[in-house]
Order: sequence, then C-alpha cells, then structure tokens
Amino acid sequence: MLKFIFNRILIIVPMALLVVTVTWVLIRVAPGNFYSTERNLPPAIEENIKKKYGLDQPWYVQYGTMMGNILRLDFGDSLKYQGQSVNEIIARHFPYSATLGLLAYLLALAIGLFAGIVAALKQNSAFDYGTMAAAMLGLSVPNFVLGPILVLFFSLYLYWLPPARWGGPLYLIMPVVTLAAIYAAYIARLTRAGMLEVMRSDYIRTARAKGLNEKTVLLKHGLRGGIVPVVSFTGPALASLLAGTVVVEKVFAIPGLGNIFIQSVLNRDEPLILGIVAFLSILIMIANLAVDISYGFLDPRIRYE
Amino acid sequence: MRDEQHIKEEVMTDGPVMAGSSLWKDAWRRLLKNKLAVFGLIVITLMVIVVGLGPFIREYLTGITPEYIPAEGDKIRSFPPSWRHPMGTDEAGRDLFARVMQGGRISLMVGIISTIVSLIVGVSYGAIAGYIGGRIDNIMMRIVDIIYAIPYILIVIVLLSVFGGENIPDWINSLAGYFGGGAGLNQIFLLFFALGLVSWLTMARVVRGQILSLKNEEFVLAAKATGVSTPAIIFRHLVPNALGPVIVYATLTVPSVMLTEAFLSFLGLGVQAPYASWGSLAADGIKNIAIFPWQLIFPGVTMALTLFSLNFLGDGLRDALDPQTRKF
Repeated sequence: MLKFIFNRILIIVPMALLVVTVTWVLIRVAPGNFYSTERNLPPAIEENIKKKYGLDQPWYVQYGTMMGNILRLDFGDSLKYQGQSVNEIIARHFPYSATLGLLAYLLALAIGLFAGIVAALKQNSAFDYGTMAAAMLGLSVPNFVLGPILVLFFSLYLYWLPPARWGGPLYLIMPVVTLAAIYAAYIARLTRAGMLEVMRSDYIRTARAKGLNEKTVLLKHGLRGGIVPVVSFTGPALASLLAGTVVVEKVFAIPGLGNIFIQSVLNRDEPLILGIVAFLSILIMIANLAVDISYGFLDPRIRYE
Repeated sequence: MRDEQHIKEEVMTDGPVMAGSSLWKDAWRRLLKNKLAVFGLIVITLMVIVVGLGPFIREYLTGITPEYIPAEGDKIRSFPPSWRHPMGTDEAGRDLFARVMQGGRISLMVGIISTIVSLIVGVSYGAIAGYIGGRIDNIMMRIVDIIYAIPYILIVIVLLSVFGGENIPDWINSLAGYFGGGAGLNQIFLLFFALGLVSWLTMARVVRGQILSLKNEEFVLAAKATGVSTPAIIFRHLVPNALGPVIVYATLTVPSVMLTEAFLSFLGLGVQAPYASWGSLAADGIKNIAIFPWQLIFPGVTMALTLFSLNFLGDGLRDALDPQTRKF
C-alpha cells in the first residue's frame, strides 16, 4: 500500500511536466503570440522585449529554461499583469475558486447522497421518480442559465440575496447552489445506481441473514459498496470544476482563478497559462490518487500491487 | 420499471428461438416501454422538425425572418412576448422566436456533427489500442490520460486559433460551402471539429474496454485462422459487436457537446454573429436580464428542454440495449 502511494506520487511529477510540455507546444504551435495581441510596437522595442524574455533564443533553449524554472517552482512574471509573479496571481485568486468549489462539492455530496440513497431504497416510488427527474433537470439546465435565473428571482424580484460579487456568507449562496446543481444531480444518479446494485448482492443478503438490523446493513455494508462510483466521480469532478467555476465566476463577478485562466489563454500570457495548467494538473492528479487510495478502504476486495 | 412482466419478457425473449438480429428489435420494444425515453424521442423529433422547417413556414405565413426588425418603436426595440412575436424581440428588435429556431439548427448541428467526429476518432483509437494491446495500448491510453489532464478549453481555443481565420483547412471550407459558405459558417464548421476532437477521450476508453473483453472470443480466433487482416478484424468483426455501448455513449455525448458549445459561446469563443446558437442567444440575453428577462429565458429553456430529452433518450437506450448493467 505504502509502496503504491509512493510510486504514484513519484509519477505525478513527470506527468505534470508532460502536461506542461504539451501545453507549451500547443501555445507555440498556435500562430501569433502575446505581443501580436497588443498594439504594434516599434521593431527595436520588440527586439528588446524579446531579448528580455529570452524569446530570441532557439526553441530548445527556451524550452530548457522554462522547464528548469518550473522545476524550481518559479513560473516567472505574468506578461499581461506587469510586475506580478504567476505564483502571486495564483495564490491571490485560487482561494476564491477553492472556497466556491469546495462548498459546492460538499453541498452536492450532501444532497446527492441523501437523494440517491432514499431513491434507491424506495425504488419506483414517487420520491424516486421525482428525484431522478429533478436530477435530470439539473444535468440539462446550463449553469449560465440557472445562475442568472436565480439572480432574477432572488435578487431582482424578491430582494433577498445580493446579485453578485464577493462578501459575506449571503453572497456565497447563489454561486454555490449554481455550481452544485449539476454535481448534485450526477451524484444522486450515481448513488442510486450504486446502491441498487449493491443491495441486490450476496453479501448484503448474508448481512441480513445473520440478523443485523437494517440500519447497520444499509449504512455499514451497503453504503460502502454503493458509494464507489461516486468516489470515482470525484477526480473528473475536480477537473470539470474549473470549467464550471469560470461561468459562475463570470455570472457573479467573483475574482477566481477560472476567469484568470481564460483571460490568460485569450491574452496568450504564456507564463501564466503554464503556471495555472501545472498547478491544476497536479491538483487533479492528487485528487485522483486520493480517489484510488480510498477505494481500498471502501471495498476490501481491491488490493494494490 | 423492472416489474415482473418485464423480467418475464426478458427471460422469454432471450430464449434460443430468437435469431441474432432480433437484439435491435428487442431493444426497440424495450425502449418504447420506457415512457420517459419515448417522451425524449418525441420532443427531439419535434425539435428537429420545428428547427428544420419552422423558419420557412413562419416566413411564409407571417413574413418574419430572423433578420426582420419591426418598424414600430424607435428607441425601445426589445418587446415582450406577444401574438406576433411569441418569444418577444431581442436587443436589436429581431424576432426571438425566429432566432431561436435558427440558433437551434446550429446547436443541434454542433451536437450531432461533433459527436460523429468524436465517434470516428474515439472508436478507431479505442479499438486499435484494445486489440493490439501490450505496450502500444499502454502508451495510447497514457496519452489519453495526459490529454484528460489538460483543460479542454485550452485545446479548443488553440485549435480554433491555429486553424481559425485565414488558416481554415480547405476541406472544412468546401464542406461549409455546401451549406452556403462564408467566414461565419466556416468558423462554425471548425467548431464542430474542435469540439469533436476534445470529446473522444471517454469514447476511446469505453470502446477499448469493450474490445478487451471481446478480443479473446472464438469468433475472433476463427477470423484470424481464416487469414482475415488485422484492420478487418478490428473494424468488421470487433467494432460492430461493441456497437451497443457506443450508441448509448454517443447519445449522451450529444447533449454534453451542446453544453460545451453553449459554454464557449457564452464566453464569446464559439458561434459568432451574424450566426447564433442557443448558447450565444442565452449569453446575449444575460446582459439584459434585469429589464428583458425573456431574452434569456426562451433560448435557455428551449435548450434545457432539448438536453433534458436527449439525456432521457440516452438513458432509455442504455436500459434498452444493455438491460443487465443498469449504471447511473
């Protein structure tokens, strides 16, 4: 087990470097660069700028320098936001996205697990159909439609909640709900399917046969197996949380990392793009590792080699 | 839904009397039993008809085109829904109903064509990796893992900017030429391929898994023994046998691609004016939400209804084609 974790952690670093390399190639293959999006500069000044950022060197030298810097966790300065290092920008904007994402995920887990378990236990009941229809609705309403509709109703019509920006807990309600909707829907569906499958399996019958009460059977034996698909969903969910937060950050005017990332791609702000990609890919891989480790606790049949 | 009658029927139809081709007939019957899937199928069919023929019929009956701007009113152009404009008018005074129908064409086309692109790439990739196996499989699947870790938005933007504007490949231009051509349309066709090229990853995994479990079957051995070439074994013998999950997954890819397109259009990266999609119409509507809420609500709700139906249809197809493993 320890060896497995150690090996996986060792793999994260080269994988992240590979992702950064592919991203770098993608940026370089695309025509134009940061300077072509700005106003035209006199050639002499452009020469100087290129020299300052090492852009006059052959590509392999540039690649080598970039990799060397990244290995020292130094992503350099942003091209667009002059005088601010990439690390600073990430450290400043990530907390917003992280707060939003984490709260949304917890909310989604709470709603999704509860709805999924109850729906599975009362299969084919009105509650089951209602929940699954609601979950389907959650999957089908784009979050950039849901968010503004919530604003329209709760801010502009009822005057209950602030429509945008970052402030106290009241400001968080609508963004978190908007972000959580689709995940709650997914988790409810996964939980229901997982529970239905597990509750029909032999070991549940054994647990009942040996006289355990229904609560223990359900929570101690059923849930552990039934929740496995939900856990597998956590990894990809974190990845898509980035795309999800972009919309929510835009709709609710929150200064998170998602918008900074989109802006950096549109601006061709190479150091910032690479920094955010490296940061996020490591985050995603750590989440995936955590998911793989937790399989072992949930399902004792899974062994690591 | 899985009542006794149903199970009895499954048991009976699985008997040896049935020929191999009846799998699809069985699936069709099971699909028709699923009320929600039938609802989805009907809504999708209606939507395709309305979106396809609606603009012509509406123009013939009322003379309203997507570009039509009513003469009345000079300062305010956004009118609320009325008999003449059932969905109201947009910022510029254009009839929103006509625009939503026109945008629906683009949205549905993005969904379907991008899914076909992702099908072609994903099925070939997954089938080849699964069949050849060993080290090549390992390398191919690690590549998939790496692409998974790169935010797809970055790939789409790079694809759009590498091949955008002047650099659109000739074959995309000529393809768009069949539908009228022009810079805006070429861009939309580019979007089809960009979206297709980022949504094949899961398809490749699904197909690979299927092929892995199929490739040791006797019919593959028989094909090998009679000297069938490797490509023919993969694409004529193995892929058709993995078709069930592929169809199911493709049906679920359509709504997810449509969502991605809407998301890109919302960020201003997708469909550009003068063309519109449900996503770009909704994005325009958000700007005026406080004063003209119908400009968001109609395109948004139309899109949500379509995605809702597609998801139900996909779910129904999965239950119909693969009654043993009901996931999700």
